[in-house]
Amino acid sequence: MTPEIGHFALALALAMAIVQSVLPIWGASRGNVLWMQSARWSSLGQVIFVAIGFGALMQAFVTSDFTVKNVVNNSHSLKPLLFKVAGTWGSHEGSLLLWVLILTVFGAAVSVFGANIPETLKARTLSVQAWISVGFITFMLFTSNPFDRVFPPPMDGQDLNPLLQDVGLAMHPPLLYIGYVGFSIVFAFAVAALIEGRVDAAWARWVRPWTLAAWMSLTAGIALGSWWAYYELGWGGWWFWDPVENVSFMPWLMGTALLHSAIVTEKRGAFKSWTILLAILTFSLSLLGTFIVRSGLLTSVHAFAVDPERGMYILGLLAVSIGGSLALFAWRAPMLEAGGLFKPISREAGLLVNNLILATATGVVLFGTLYPLFYEALTGGEKLSVGPPFFNSAFIPLMLPLVFVMGLGPYLSWKRADLAGVLQRLRFVAVLSVLATLAVWFLTEGGPVLGYLSVLLAIWLFAATVREWAMRVRLFEVPFPESRRRIRNLPRSSHGMSMAHAGLAVAMFGFIGSSVWKTEEVVFVKPGSEISISGFDVTFEGVERARGPNYFADRGSLTVRRDDKFITQLYPERRTYPVAQSSTTESDIRTTFAGDLYTSIANPASEEAGAEGAWTLRILYEPLVVFIWIGTTMLVLGGGLSLSDRRLRIGAPRRKAPEPIISPAE
Amino acid sequence: MKRAFAIVPLLVAGIFGGFFLWGLNPERDPNGIPSVLISQPVPKFKLEPVEGLETLGLSKADLTDNSGPVIVNVFASWCVPCRAEHEVLTKLVERDGQRLFGINYKDKPKDAVRWLEQLGNPYERIGSDITGRAGIEWGISGVPETFIVGSDGTVLYRYVGPVVGEAAIAKFRAALVQAGTLKGASGE
Repeated sequence: MTPEIGHFALALALAMAIVQSVLPIWGASRGNVLWMQSARWSSLGQVIFVAIGFGALMQAFVTSDFTVKNVVNNSHSLKPLLFKVAGTWGSHEGSLLLWVLILTVFGAAVSVFGANIPETLKARTLSVQAWISVGFITFMLFTSNPFDRVFPPPMDGQDLNPLLQDVGLAMHPPLLYIGYVGFSIVFAFAVAALIEGRVDAAWARWVRPWTLAAWMSLTAGIALGSWWAYYELGWGGWWFWDPVENVSFMPWLMGTALLHSAIVTEKRGAFKSWTILLAILTFSLSLLGTFIVRSGLLTSVHAFAVDPERGMYILGLLAVSIGGSLALFAWRAPMLEAGGLFKPISREAGLLVNNLILATATGVVLFGTLYPLFYEALTGGEKLSVGPPFFNSAFIPLMLPLVFVMGLGPYLSWKRADLAGVLQRLRFVAVLSVLATLAVWFLTEGGPVLGYLSVLLAIWLFAATVREWAMRVRLFEVPFPESRRRIRNLPRSSHGMSMAHAGLAVAMFGFIGSSVWKTEEVVFVKPGSEISISGFDVTFEGVERARGPNYFADRGSLTVRRDDKFITQLYPERRTYPVAQSSTTESDIRTTFAGDLYTSIANPASEEAGAEGAWTLRILYEPLVVFIWIGTTMLVLGGGLSLSDRRLRIGAPRRKAPEPIISPAE
Repeated sequence: MKRAFAIVPLLVAGIFGGFFLWGLNPERDPNGIPSVLISQPVPKFKLEPVEGLETLGLSKADLTDNSGPVIVNVFASWCVPCRAEHEVLTKLVERDGQRLFGINYKDKPKDAVRWLEQLGNPYERIGSDITGRAGIEWGISGVPETFIVGSDGTVLYRYVGPVVGEAAIAKFRAALVQAGTLKGASGE
């Protein structure tokens, strides 16, 4: 019964969304306040009905209701409760439902918390948001109904892909979706502003908290996914430039550009059409990600089941939403008033460089990701794959200048900056960075030039950011209580920027250390074998069988010593899930700030070798890798600090002149 | 002017959309990697020997005039499955008398030498494909890949992935039998 209730609730949510997609926007153009305010109730109604639907599906998973096809395909009665819950969004249908749930939560949040947004803009935004809702709810109901029944019901389910039965990955999709879907609000704001025909500082300020929230979530989601790949896939890498990773990274890059461009629109009234375009493109790239993952367009390790019919439907959605919004942009953007002027050396120019580089980088990733498809289409069926070598050689050199400008940018003042003065202040930072890089060069035993250059820029960014922050609070220049007062009075968004920029520098240390100076050994081992790696002596003690709730495991035991002193015992596992008929690698890692000692075991090479207890052991030493996770956490915290800024909470910006620059669209 | 710029994103999106529409063609299988080389002559390539190794390098000429079919294996020291496959290939050479040639794909010579010293070197010739250029010519999709090349230099068979495990070995041996270089299906 519950699944039918869930199904019906989704139909009701669709009805609400249809009303909301028409009434408020019509009211906004007719000046009918009542129609505009209807969005408040319909957006709340949508979230309630979708939540009922989601709850019904979750209930089916938790109680292992094997009359529901989706549960049969993705769950098993023996699965731990946490993964039964997480199984709700482990499949294509369920994750789509989660997508829609988050979409409606954001919509409701705008109508509840957006009290300071003018009625017409809010009504239009919520209508645009409802168009997206209608698109996705119909997609779900017509092609991917999560409540389909099976008859006769099987005795037990087929289990969730064991790779996905992991705490890190259980949390990964929700965070990622909050990011993707959060950008839908920004998109809706942008389209509404285009319809309304005005973009100004106030608009940029209303949009900012939503952009920040989505960006934070996306950052956390990507970092979590990367962390999962690191410890679960057993290869010791944290980024593989897989199409599915790339499609989450592109909205992040675009969203980062948007975050910065919106600052210029807010403070200086410039970059208006550019900010609008970025808002549209960021969400378009999120949609593109949804499309690629669910249509089977590209080969990837973790794509959903392929169904061309679904692919056509999403492509239709894409054509309408992206095509429609970009057509609107082409029509309306030229009418937007140009913003404030600035000199080539100024904060605006710095942010312009930031935006150009980030947009180019997004283009590079997009091109690399889709190149196999283009190539296949143009050559009539020949295939190729684009791997890390392309992305590393195209992407990293683009990022290094960005890091340089990041260190410099916050020192520049708006409109026109005094370059000589800035360089004067950064002289110390520059000397320090060079000296520290020389020290690194002295301590390491060789490495590529690009590696040292990256080290130099990471230190530069970190030192410049800290120095800028210290300068603002006049640390050590004035008595400490005075500095403390300044720290308190400094806007939170300013602290947030310093935190996020420093976070990127910290993460860079991790990126560089673990890719340039990692050492790796892959060896056949028998009980008693010894391996030496980066000063550690590792002894393989053997493998024993262990049982889990829905799997059994071969657990290797490794004794780690350094200079004959016992350090730790590591237990990498190979788990086999009989129901799902697949196996996973559970690495075991010893983490210190200096680096990770990473171990994983794979199957024996052959049956004969297995009989003798010989296994393939992979040991890596990855310097500084923990800084990746620290740095990305700092990025998220920086976003959070900025989000908690006073100006976003109170002192609602009021528009000065109420008359629109162009007449609103009828 | 500004109007012209504003329309660019729409045009670009339209082009992308066209490709996507093409890509959704239900007959297209993005995972299938067709063997474009099958029954074609081997591509033109010439590879230097692996630095620090006495084994000679490999070029097209070495594959076009042999007395019987030979095996060409693409491997790398960084490739974990290659390690498992190495044992299988060694057996084919030592027990079954097959001729084996290697393409050392995007590998550091130092690592490759160490790898071969550790596991043994069953290869008659090894070309060092540091840049991956020959890999492109051969159209490989990953490492390892193994080809059977006829005596006249025609590619007869291609196996993607490691020849490891009973099923894979049986399949590969069957291909060798069909190529006429391995006797009877009875094998061992």
